[in-house]
Amino acid sequence: MSQRRQLCTFYLEKFLFGVEVEKVQEIIRYQEMTRVPRASAVIAGLINLRGQIVTAIDLRHQLHLAPREGDELPMNVVIRREDGPISLLVDEIGEVVEVDEQSFEPAPDTLQSQGGEFLRGVYKLREQLLLLLDIEKTMMVETRPA
Amino acid sequence: MEPSQPAIALNDLGSEMAEVIKEFLVESNEGLDRFDRDLIALEKDRNSHELLDSIFRAIHTIKGTGGVLGYEKLVSISHLGETVLSRMRDGVVVLSAEIATALLSMADALRNILENIATSGGEGTEDYSQVLRQLTAITQTQTRAVASVPAELSETAPRLGEILVDSRTCNPEDVQAAVRQQEQGDGRLLGEILVDERAVDPVAIAEGLKVQTDHREAASNTIRVDVALLDKVMNLVGELVLARNQVLQFTDRQEDSAFLRTAQRLNLITTELQEGVMKTRMQPIGNVWNKLPRIVRDLSLACGKQVEVQMEGAQTELDKTIIEAIKDPLTHIIRNAVDHGIETPKARLAAGKTREGHLLLHAYHEGGQVNIEVSDDGCGMDFERLKARAVAKGLISSDQASRMGEQELLNLAFAPGVSTAEQVSNISGRGVGMDVVKTNIEKIGGTVDLHSTRGRGTLLKIKIPLTLAIIPALIVTSGGERFAIPQVSLIELVRCEGDEAVRSIENIQGASVYRLRGNLLPLVYLNRELQLASKTASESTNIVVLQAGERQFGLVVDQINDTEEIVVKPLSKQLKSVSCFAGATIMGDGHVALILDVLGLAQMTAVVSQRHEAAAGRQAAKSGDEAAAHDSWLLFRLGASGRLAMPLSLVSRLEEFNLSQVERYAGRDVIQYRDQIMPLIRVAGVLGYAGSAESELLQVIVYSSRGQNVGLVVDEILDIAEQSAVVQQIRPVPILQGAAVLQQRVTDLLDVPALLAAEQLECVTGAQA
Repeated sequence: MSQRRQLCTFYLEKFLFGVEVEKVQEIIRYQEMTRVPRASAVIAGLINLRGQIVTAIDLRHQLHLAPREGDELPMNVVIRREDGPISLLVDEIGEVVEVDEQSFEPAPDTLQSQGGEFLRGVYKLREQLLLLLDIEKTMMVETRPA
Repeated sequence: MEPSQPAIALNDLGSEMAEVIKEFLVESNEGLDRFDRDLIALEKDRNSHELLDSIFRAIHTIKGTGGVLGYEKLVSISHLGETVLSRMRDGVVVLSAEIATALLSMADALRNILENIATSGGEGTEDYSQVLRQLTAITQTQTRAVASVPAELSETAPRLGEILVDSRTCNPEDVQAAVRQQEQGDGRLLGEILVDERAVDPVAIAEGLKVQTDHREAASNTIRVDVALLDKVMNLVGELVLARNQVLQFTDRQEDSAFLRTAQRLNLITTELQEGVMKTRMQPIGNVWNKLPRIVRDLSLACGKQVEVQMEGAQTELDKTIIEAIKDPLTHIIRNAVDHGIETPKARLAAGKTREGHLLLHAYHEGGQVNIEVSDDGCGMDFERLKARAVAKGLISSDQASRMGEQELLNLAFAPGVSTAEQVSNISGRGVGMDVVKTNIEKIGGTVDLHSTRGRGTLLKIKIPLTLAIIPALIVTSGGERFAIPQVSLIELVRCEGDEAVRSIENIQGASVYRLRGNLLPLVYLNRELQLASKTASESTNIVVLQAGERQFGLVVDQINDTEEIVVKPLSKQLKSVSCFAGATIMGDGHVALILDVLGLAQMTAVVSQRHEAAAGRQAAKSGDEAAAHDSWLLFRLGASGRLAMPLSLVSRLEEFNLSQVERYAGRDVIQYRDQIMPLIRVAGVLGYAGSAESELLQVIVYSSRGQNVGLVVDEILDIAEQSAVVQQIRPVPILQGAAVLQQRVTDLLDVPALLAAEQLECVTGAQA
């Protein structure tokens, strides 16, 4: 029997990423951010989400991808967390995809060096590979001594 | 007949036990409600293991906690119930209507006992043998032990009787006689018997019954709320405060009186709602203290000492977050007191003290803050040892040490690495101690003061704010970003214009300092520290003078905006390592602003690392105070052209008030200011300046003396002049010191103490001391 699960997908550069749909609280368009001086560069800033202060993580930076170009504004994928939501900044939102566990494979070792440590694995979709994000690791921000 | 257990009303128990029992009652009642609900559901769905487990757990918990607290009846009844339930779990007994009825009446019996505990502290005298028989019949295991339970049950004292005896309206003998009658088959109620026997006035019985009902109602008048829900409500109120602030911003531009009234009403209601919600988050400090006697007991046993702990004001309430924050520091202080403070019984007897050392915890509210005092009657601080340690650690030179007063020496106890313990034990005295306590208390905006008398004991005084959720803060701008600075750390604001900025800010070995009334104030540039864009050159420099622990420093910012009540929101854990921010807040326009952690910022920039400098600086300040203080003057205008000045050192704060805030009391204008009634003096009126048209906004110079504030109403604050004044008597006016030339203009100098005396406010200030 194959199990199916739903992933909320989004794009960074040309890559398609996914997180479990139930972990996503909401998706909102770009919000003005307050920069946090002296914080890790992975922290893009703080946004006001209906009165709640949400830390936004620059996912491109965290995954060692090139910085976003030009004046394209990122989208917020707000992840539900016990200790308050965290936003992931992504380039573009994809569809909600139902995936088959049989098409899953752990992340290849070769990926490890280039942000692969943040991946739980890969779903081999017909058209494209869907990279399953390891939310816990993504949320861990290296603390830079102030 | 003697009651087997002393009958104690809940109120008479130590606060610790009372708290535990209260919690037990609340939990047990909830458990029983769940029990009823699930048992009834189980009757419909007989195969549900979940429901069976749930009702089993409910009874099991009551039995367990009841056993710990020594409620024998409760335990024996719930034990039988548990046995029935476990047979049901094993499949030996199948739930029938009879069994369900028996179990429900068991639950009622337990409720009854709980109610008795709530009202009188005892389990009561009711006979539950029928319930017990039913249950035993179900288990079919009638043993002697179970059968003996009912006999035991009737031995506790009567409850109405207890109230009557406690209130001294009735003799214990009469009550006992009445109970005996009841036992011998008298069907009347206890109160009836007592009245019939003329042992008690019927009024007293009525009162006693009222006490009983009051207790019962108290127990059912509280509900428990999930903290998460409270936090949510708190957040919403925070939002409301922000929305209110936004609305109030519009009132400046609106003429519509209906709108203004509504806005004012919104303002008041929001403030009240905010206070109300804050109150729901309050917890008595006793919740933290309860754990201390146990710690003291273990510790004193370990060091062979005898210590008695006394607590006063355990009901003093504090915000939950603050309670959490002071838990560890308090424990540390207590450990210190027992380990170093209180002597061994032998040493105490030799010093003419009681064998037993005393430790007193005292909490009380004062001026919107909570004071917690921890005092012991131990040996006090060993000043010589403290000196020796501080010198050995290189904090002070031996020369400095010899010149230091006791209070200054005591401050050294807060320096890192200073411990006066003769022996490093595993309890304390490892050098991590008071400095950590101090840092932790300061983190939540509190202060710590140490007083000690050699041989007599030590007093530690902690002052902490009531809440951290909504605080007044100064909003500043640097590099285009806004930052909030908690008002508690703020001392004063200094603005240097043009040339003055160049002159008064100097460089000493790469560090900027500012001369503030004769003292050198180290400067920290916020732009630089936070790597923000530097502002374009401007003609003025804004310095926010801040208190970070012992030390003051000046924070240079681009712009000083305003003070505002801000709602503190914590930063996510990804940002916990950034020590210079204490949190974030949402401003009136919806943008997020970071809250500066003054102590963290100071430590980051190393302006407070050298504490011995601070001590030296204070000494210098003391000697230089008199000469330097009057070199700064606050210039203000009265009437159309009256130009006056008063020494800046007498100015506590500058405030603006709306005319509508002024109230009339005892023949003078007063205003509510910082939880005090502040009398206002209209200086122009006193000096006979032509009354300028009263404007909507009052400019007030706040002068404070011995805790009492007085507001001097002036027409305009002009400037601050940094220069010495040559005082000349040109025209004799009693409340003027004379006149002087300040900023190239002739200026009258206000004699503030004389003004207060003339206004008969002197006695007010004196009485406060």
